[in-house]
Amino acid sequence: MITSPKRDVIIVFLSQEMQGGILLDISSFLERIGEHMYDVIIIGAGVSGAASARELSRYKLNVCVVEKEEDVCCGTSKANSAIAHAGFDAESGSLMAKLNVEGNQMMAELSKELDFPFKQNGSLVVCLHEEEMPNLEKLYERGIENGVKDLRIINRKELVELEPNISDEAVAALYAPTGGIVCPFGMNIAFAENAAQNGVEFKFDTEVSGFEKKEDTWIVKTNQGDFETRYVVNAAGVYADQFHNMVSDKKLHITPRRGDYCLLDRTTEGFVTHTIFQLPSKYGKGVLVTPTVHGNTLVGPTAIDIENREGTNTTQEGIDELISKAGTTVKGLPIRQVITSFAGLRAHEDGHEFYIGEVEGAKGFIDCAGIESPGLTSAPAIGKMVAEIVRDLTNAEEKPDFVGVRKGILDPKTLSNEERAALIKENPAYGNIICRCEMVTEGEIIDAINRPLGAKSLDGVKRRTRAGMGRCQAGFCSPRTIEILARERGVDPSEITKSGGNSKIIVGINKDRI
Amino acid sequence: MLRQVYDIVIVGGGPAGLAAAVSAKRNGIESILVLERDKELGGILNQCIHNGFGLHTFKEELTGPEYAGRFIEQLEDEKIEYKLNTMVMDISDEKVITAMNREDGMFEIEAKAVILAMGCRERARGALNIPGYRPAGIYSAGTAQRLVNMEGYMPGREVVILGSGDIGLIMARRMTLEGAKVKVVAELLPYSGGLKRNIVQCLDDFGIPLKLSHTVVDIDGKERVEGITIAEVDENRKPIPGTEEHYTCDTLLLSCGLIPENEISRSLGVEMSPITSGPLVNECLETNVEGVFACGNVLHVHDLVDFVSEEAKAAGKHAAEYVKNGAKHQPSTAKDIPIVATDGARYTVPRTINPERMDEKHTVRFRVGDVYKNCYVSVYFGDKRVIHRKRPVVAPGEMEEVVLKKEELAAFPDLSQITVKIEEA
Amino acid sequence: METRELICIGCPMGCPLKVEMNGEEVSSVSGNTCKRGDDYARKEVTNPTRIVTSSVIVEGGSLAAVSVKTKEDIPKGKIFEIMKALKGVKVQAPVHIGDVIVSNVADTGVDIIATKNIF
Repeated sequence: MITSPKRDVIIVFLSQEMQGGILLDISSFLERIGEHMYDVIIIGAGVSGAASARELSRYKLNVCVVEKEEDVCCGTSKANSAIAHAGFDAESGSLMAKLNVEGNQMMAELSKELDFPFKQNGSLVVCLHEEEMPNLEKLYERGIENGVKDLRIINRKELVELEPNISDEAVAALYAPTGGIVCPFGMNIAFAENAAQNGVEFKFDTEVSGFEKKEDTWIVKTNQGDFETRYVVNAAGVYADQFHNMVSDKKLHITPRRGDYCLLDRTTEGFVTHTIFQLPSKYGKGVLVTPTVHGNTLVGPTAIDIENREGTNTTQEGIDELISKAGTTVKGLPIRQVITSFAGLRAHEDGHEFYIGEVEGAKGFIDCAGIESPGLTSAPAIGKMVAEIVRDLTNAEEKPDFVGVRKGILDPKTLSNEERAALIKENPAYGNIICRCEMVTEGEIIDAINRPLGAKSLDGVKRRTRAGMGRCQAGFCSPRTIEILARERGVDPSEITKSGGNSKIIVGINKDRI
Repeated sequence: MLRQVYDIVIVGGGPAGLAAAVSAKRNGIESILVLERDKELGGILNQCIHNGFGLHTFKEELTGPEYAGRFIEQLEDEKIEYKLNTMVMDISDEKVITAMNREDGMFEIEAKAVILAMGCRERARGALNIPGYRPAGIYSAGTAQRLVNMEGYMPGREVVILGSGDIGLIMARRMTLEGAKVKVVAELLPYSGGLKRNIVQCLDDFGIPLKLSHTVVDIDGKERVEGITIAEVDENRKPIPGTEEHYTCDTLLLSCGLIPENEISRSLGVEMSPITSGPLVNECLETNVEGVFACGNVLHVHDLVDFVSEEAKAAGKHAAEYVKNGAKHQPSTAKDIPIVATDGARYTVPRTINPERMDEKHTVRFRVGDVYKNCYVSVYFGDKRVIHRKRPVVAPGEMEEVVLKKEELAAFPDLSQITVKIEEA
Repeated sequence: METRELICIGCPMGCPLKVEMNGEEVSSVSGNTCKRGDDYARKEVTNPTRIVTSSVIVEGGSLAAVSVKTKEDIPKGKIFEIMKALKGVKVQAPVHIGDVIVSNVADTGVDIIATKNIF
């Protein structure tokens, strides 16, 4: 039986629980009395943390992900270029280069296994000045050294055939057919759901404040209590240096580097079909113009170093800069079709490298830090690497019952009209359109709410189903989505938030203050 | 998949769709179906609970729901079929409509004529490029209007409104009456796009300041809005540094323009006006796709619902004629004459007029691009000025009209262009 | 003599009106360019009235709230009193356009009536 110095407490709790008739949830019960021990606590449910969790869930390990926000994919992972980079950018020989190319190569198969949107659309680095051709060649050579496949330099003629709207200034381009685009929410959520499916626990609204080193374990201190674990994985994005620095004298320093973006309406679909970068030069770095997997056009990012690690506000200067630069590589960009602008923070470590591994002098504390672009592309490989590090440290065995396949939310738009009719017959909620712009049905929203790690907020629904992601930006569907969320979760509509915390949509009822 | 056949299918059961349906019925068509995506007929009028509707149509001041109620009653009296909670997914160029709802699933309707009456939507924050955070507490005025008026919920306590269009003004009053504090209404332009009456009765009555030539330059608050910074703008509508004023508030309402909802029209191949974002139509309100008509805010954003009803009535009549007479519904040996809007006039509806097919009188509606005082609204047949009407003031917020007469046009047999313009005194 | 300044709401022109008051009596209106301005000014300074619209909770119906209005104009100064009187008012479905929701609201002698059918 349970032996513990807290025996009195146990007895009290037992009697309370037993009065209810049954003791259902052993783990939550044990947790309440502080007797729970994890093998691994992962800090952060962004794409690195979720990928690590998914890969760790292959092993017989008791894994928990703690996340300060109310959902997965709430930080850097939700606001970026959504690109699966080919891998010619990172310095040859770096971990960044290695994981980028590996991640890119894993992406196609993984997107099938975990059912998230990914498309290998190819990328183009456009050279606008003849005298910069040597730089384009250097980039080509670096790509070859990094192991990027099928890379080649194409002339203007071929470039125009690939992209009719390319700038008249463009002289040549580096063409990487392996470059791709991915739904960043889709990938992050897929990793997390698959991890949860395989037994990983997720604690949301749980903010880590510090660590205490025990003999062979760590106490992770949070706003929701203390948790004990044998291993910590620090996948805390822009906060990873702070946690690292709590346990190590070899300091890391992360600067939140803000990137502003503009997203254009799906009516611009086909304006460009490849991801178009500008060759960095003395004229500047330029911004990329890319299709998204959902048919929008994305323009961005800026790169502005800031202090505030929550500073995801766009600025007038940032947006102005984007709009002025966006026309450099392409002509006639329909910038008036912008439906939203947003900003994300890259976790830029001074050394511009991924730091993945057990921290020297902090046994059992594993960094997954400095994960900036190409972090999204690298995520599959990062997850694998983190899992292998933990496996080697723990000698954990593989779970025989690991399920590596996850089914995403059914998108009725992918069905034929007949199939769709049959689906509605079976479940009429699929016949009720809630989001008119993106044509999202009630059925999809209900699925998003009720599946493992389901959506709790409007943004949670949006990231999972695209309801509210379209041209009216949730103006029409938000009252209806609130209604569905409240009904499915069994709470009052006033409890529903935009994105957790204090982000309430409804603050009272009419005349309540008069 | 279920496939039905109707003479006329009307997409949208708001004021335009209702009036079009009733008119088509009264012009002899029995087989009519209205498809409405919401759970009731009436469209946006259901949330416009303020009064001021119907002075032209019913010679009395009604609230939005009452105005809608009158037309719904007519629809019921005429026993016109309609389907609620039904979304039109697609219309083929053969006029086969694919639609969907919970009860019927996916189904198809073959129509002889289609009337587009989908209305419009509000311009969202994203399209305005307002910098700052993206917290909860930012609503289009119409979303807030729905929450307050139809669901009884307060979306905020302390409110800043950007845009002085009528919905923004109306919501300033509604929020105030329900117990919120509206701190300021900021308008980017040097004049308000709203009706004078609304400025007086929605703002002045409650001491709410209206700041013209001002815009929002920052939104504060990570989770919920905590404050809004507005600044004055110069003649290029760029914020002037040093003029920033901060307002502590939890809500930003946006009333910055309406956009016709023409996604279905576009995929159907309907030719669009870049000015109105609505279809280009002839004097029968028929688009370039034969048998497809448009009316109401999907065609161009109206200022008064009465004009929507009037336009929709015409669309219903012409669609009925089309069904009865087929493609020869508008026999004419004359060519369509283009109507060109210029010098302050931004567009016209219709875009062309046929001098043989037209009624004895035809009202051409248009909007101006700026405020003009003591000006003339002029119409030219070729080089000849035929209308020169003095107007003390015209403003972009109000629709203007000129009436063309068949007999006058008959005097210009070789006319190749009609021009509508604003001329300074 | 007291002077009051108003903006005419008769048309988009928005004439700035000056009303000379002699106690409760209007002695002159200026600034208007038409008769409507004069009429509006006289009414607005002596007896400004408004229609008040709001919505109240409806139970057992297809919608959560029903829109309402004062059946006739009420004195402008009574607007907030009327809103207070509507606080907490709940009605049962069905409701029909014209149904009296509150009679003689805030002692104005005017009823609050429904402006929408709710079933």
